[in-house]
Order: sequence, then C-alpha cells, then structure tokens
Amino acid sequence: MSNLIQNEMMKLLAKKRLLIIGVIVAVLIILFTYAQYKQAEEQREKLGTDDWRTAVQQQIIDIQNRLSSSRMLDEWREQLQVTVKQQQYYLDHNINPSEPGAATFTRMFIENASSLFIPLLVMIVASDLVSSESSQGTIKLLLTRPVLRWKILMSKYITLLLSISIIVAMTGVLAYALSGVVFGYHGWNAPIITGFTVEAGNVDTSGVRLISQWQLLLMDFGLVWYIAVVVGTLAFMLSVLIRSTPAGMGIMLAALISGAILNNMVSSWESAKYFFMVNLQLTNYLSGVAPPIEGMTLLSSVLILFVWWLAALIVSFIVFIRKDVY
Amino acid sequence: MMSNVTLEVNSVRKTIRKREIIKDINFTVRKGEVFGFLGPNGAGKTTTIRMLVGLIKPTAGSIRICGYDVKKDYKKAMQHLGCIVENPELYPFLSGWNNLLHFARMLPNVGEERMMEVVKLVGLEQRIHDTVKTYSLGMRQRLGIAQAMLNRPKLLILDEPTNGLDPAGIREMRQFIRMLAEEEGMSVLVSSHLLSEIQLLCDRVAIITKGEIVKVGTVSDLLSVQERMSWRVEPIELGKEVLRSLTEVMETEDGYVLTSFDEEETPKWNKALVKHGVKILEMNRRLPTLEDLFLELTDGGGAGIE
Ligand SMILES: Nc1ncnc2c1ncn2[C@@H]1O[C@H](COP(=O)(O)OP(=O)(O)OP(=O)(O)O)[C@@H](O)[C@H]1O
Ligand SMILES: [Mg+2]
Repeated sequence: MSNLIQNEMMKLLAKKRLLIIGVIVAVLIILFTYAQYKQAEEQREKLGTDDWRTAVQQQIIDIQNRLSSSRMLDEWREQLQVTVKQQQYYLDHNINPSEPGAATFTRMFIENASSLFIPLLVMIVASDLVSSESSQGTIKLLLTRPVLRWKILMSKYITLLLSISIIVAMTGVLAYALSGVVFGYHGWNAPIITGFTVEAGNVDTSGVRLISQWQLLLMDFGLVWYIAVVVGTLAFMLSVLIRSTPAGMGIMLAALISGAILNNMVSSWESAKYFFMVNLQLTNYLSGVAPPIEGMTLLSSVLILFVWWLAALIVSFIVFIRKDVY
Repeated sequence: MMSNVTLEVNSVRKTIRKREIIKDINFTVRKGEVFGFLGPNGAGKTTTIRMLVGLIKPTAGSIRICGYDVKKDYKKAMQHLGCIVENPELYPFLSGWNNLLHFARMLPNVGEERMMEVVKLVGLEQRIHDTVKTYSLGMRQRLGIAQAMLNRPKLLILDEPTNGLDPAGIREMRQFIRMLAEEEGMSVLVSSHLLSEIQLLCDRVAIITKGEIVKVGTVSDLLSVQERMSWRVEPIELGKEVLRSLTEVMETEDGYVLTSFDEEETPKWNKALVKHGVKILEMNRRLPTLEDLFLELTDGGGAGIE
C-alpha cells in the first residue's frame, strides 16, 4: 500500500498541483492582507482614533442606520440585528472582537474560506485523481497489475486525504506568515467569545464562553478540514463516475456555488438543509452567525455531511471495483 | 499437457447493452509460440483482449493464465501477464524511468536491476530520463513493452503492436517479438487486422469476425489453401481456354486470370501456354487477401479452388 501511495504522490508532485494551489493561496492572502490594512487605515482616519471601542460603536450605529432607513428582506434584517447584539455584547464585556494581529487575520481568513475557497482548492486535486487516469488511458496499465482494484482506489483516496491536510495546513501557515508582516505575529491568546446561539432573531447569550483565540483557531481548522474532506470525497466520487475531468469539476463547481446562493434564500424551504452545500458554513456556528435555515445546528450539519461523505465513499468503491474499463 | 498452456479461453461471451459482442470464444496459447489474433475492424479483438487482462468481465465463460483463473485468482494470474491494450499510454508528465518505477512498485520483487534490464532490452538507455511527452511514437511503444516485461511475464499480450510504426519500426518489432518467443520462451498474443503482419510473425492464428472465431490453425495451413497464381496473358481468351483445360480458372475485373498455385503444376501450365502461342506478360504467386480468407471461411468457400 505504501508503494501505491508513493506512486500517487509522485504523479501529484509531477503535475505540480500543490505548487499551483500554494501560489493561488499566497496571492489571495496578500490581496486580503492589503484590503484589511486599507480598511483599518480608513477607519482610523474616519474616527480619528485607534481605539477599537469607537470602531465597534461606529459599526453598531452604521448598522442601525441601515436597519431604520431602507426596506430590506426580513432575513437580512434579522441577521443584522443579531450582529448588533453581538457587537453590543463585546462592547459590554470590554473585549475586542477583532484584536489586530496575524492570528486574528488567519482566523477570519479561514472562516471566510471554509465554504467556497478551500473546497475549490481541494477540487483541483480531487477532480482528476481517477478521471485523469481514465482519459489518459493509463487506467488500463494500473488495473492490469497484480494489485486488487480496491487497493488502488484506497491509495488514491489516502493521497487525497494527505493533499487536503497539506492544503489546509498550507493555507493556515501562509495566512499567518504573510499577514504577520503587516499586522505583527501575535494574537494567539486574545480572548474570543463563542457560544452565541440564535433563535428567532434573538441572540441567546446563556451558552457564551470566553476562550483563547488559539482554541477557536484549532476548532476552526478542524471544521475546515472536515468540510474539505467531505467536498473532496464528493469530487472524488464524481471523478470515479465521470471519465471527463472538466465535466466532474463543472458539476462540483455548480453545486458549491448554488450552495453559496441557496444559503441566502432557503430559510423557508426547510428540506433544503439536507443538501450538503447548504451545510458547509460550519465555522459560522462557532462565531454565532444565524444558520440559513431555522433549526440547523452544528451537530445536525456535521451529521448530514457525514452521511454524504459515507455515501460518496461507498459509491466510489463499489463502482470502481465493478466497472468495466473501456 | 496443462503446463504447456499459458492461456486458456473457455466459452467466453460478452454482452454490452443487450448486444452480443463476443459469442462463445475458445482457444489456447502454448508456451513459446506467437499467437495471432486476426480480424477486421470491429471484430472484437480489443474487447476479447480486455477480458483476457481483466479490464472487463466476461458475461460468461472462464479465462486462465498459466492455470490461474483471472476472476478467482486475479493477483496470481496477473503476475504472469504483461500487456499493452490498444496504445501504449503512459504518464506523459513523468520521465520514462519514473514510469517504469511506477509500475515496478506495483509488482512483487521488481527492483532497479530488472528495470535496467528491460531498458536495455528495448534499447532506450539514451532517453530513459527524459519526460515521455518528448518521446516519439516508436519510443513510447518500446517503453510500453519495457513496462510490460518488468515482471518477466510468461504471457505477453499486445494489441496491434505495430500500429503507427514505420516499416523499419515494424520489422524491428517483429524481430523483437520472435526473439521473445524463441529465446525467452514467452508466449505472445498479438492482434492485428493485417494478414501480412500475422503471416510473418505468428506460429498459429485465430481468425475472428463479428465476435466469433471462425478458424484456428497454423499460419501455413491457413494460407496454403488459399494461395493463387495470377496471370496476365495475351490474347486473354485463348490463354483462359488453355488454362481451363488444365485447371480451374477465375477472372478478375482488371484482366488477371487466377488459378490455384502448385509448385509441380505451374511450370507445366506455363509451357502449355507458350506452346499455344499465348504471350505471358506477367505471372505472380498471389497471397490471399484477408477478404478472400474471410469469404472462404464464412461463406463456406466461394470459388471452390482446391
Ligand atoms: N463500450 C462499448 N459499448 C458498446 N459497444 C462496444 C464497446 N466497445 C466495443 N464495442 C463494439 O464491440 C465491437 C468490437 O469492438 P473491438 O474494439 O473489440 O473491435 P476490434 O476487433 O478491436 O477492432 P479494431 O481492429 O478496429 O481495433 C464493435 O462492434 C464495437 O462497436
Ligand atoms: Mg482494437
């Protein structure tokens, strides 16, 4: 088995996939760092102070203005009200919600990247792991060796898991290393509030706990890894089922993007919560953003994703072992 | 004798989407022989080979390689097999050497030494560390064979191995395959739609058309039946009359007269023609075309020349 994994790694490295992903991540982080820096600068100019309390207060006022002046969807209104309440909570307890520093940047980046950006990167690897062998014709050599088919697929799946781990770790390391140049390498121990729960537009603060930023980061990364594994496995299944890599990628891309869109408009369509793509914003549960559909919890989302993962894995193996290779 | 048989195909059938593509195929390949698999496009050669190497599952029947059933004893059967199905598709982004390494890692007890050996065997020493992208078709074909030889197979299966090679390449490939059979004692199964190729290369041949094997035999047996003599004579009517009095005669559209070929008789016919004042412009020993052979085999013999 380790021989087979070595083979897969050799091919992956020769195709320079991980390198390309690394470059994409680095470029994006540099862009975000710059944007963040600009924003902070602008705020400082506008408010004339460095004090975060003034900034948070200003944010609350801004949001309240928007709430009172414009017509907007009820869902949006609720979401904004929740944000106001959370900000107020931070203010009341004298805790800076966005303590400057590379650790905070990393956390925000990974939270924002969890439901679309990281899954897209994972897709780059997962989508052609099997289908590229079919379209190149090398599958014929692979499957005429004295090695059982499930072992070959398993070696590919393990390679996928390794790549996902590398991608997630790389994103974390690059985010910290690059943003630290601007924001400074600190912030690990900044206190963070987690455990807000949202029900019918009300923020329930009874479960709120104070934790260090590194603890939250660890949880965030765990969840992001989990999301990446689920999405990667689905893309992997498509790559077994569909011979053409672009077709598989297209389907996966459509699913992910429709997830991002659905998240904003499915609140009244309850059964939509069984779609995997609506459940990808796991990190939102930690920071207390209202879920897209009433009644969704961290646990329910994790379970739904687990079912999708398991089904995809089973389908992949059964089809791969049984299929006739032309 | 069992131990002499490297490939045994028993009543194999394959139905794809209700279409019967292979209908009850039986044949065996013996140790040290080059076995030809001859048939026109779409006859089912590639489909059969895919079943032999385990890529697709037969709807019915059994296949044994060196006595091991491909379905039940997959690993053992594959250990004795080397193959190229259709084109030698390798990883274009890896070097030739890394391609070999890739497949060597999938085999038990194949180390660098053996890799070196096969590289020498196919004569790729100079270019083995270049990426396969930069190889010519002939070089890819050779690398494909090197890859198939890694595990010292007892049975080598090559699907149209000379496809796309130039005449020199074809000759080289032919000599190489004969060498494998004669010196290394390997069995080689070669498919082709070219009779001339099979004729020069193989000891025995199975002729397949529309998913059925219509004949299995030694190459010389198959061909001798169908060998002919073609004559271009003037005047043609008189020539035909003279020949007809001696043997059976056919005429082709382009003005050739065909008779059977017989080393003893032909000189006598020649003499008779000359005696009757017929000018012989051309006389050729003509090998049957694949078409003739198929007509003969499937329609139960059209012209009836013995
Ligand atoms: N995947 C498939 N689905 C349906 N029919 C198929 C499939 N593969 C092959 N066939 C059919 O099976 C028949 C035999 O095809 P095969 O490729 O085995 O022919 P062949 O003898 O190798 O021909 P060639 O000399 O052109 O390579 C053809 O009629 C083809 O249309
Ligand atoms: Mg073919």
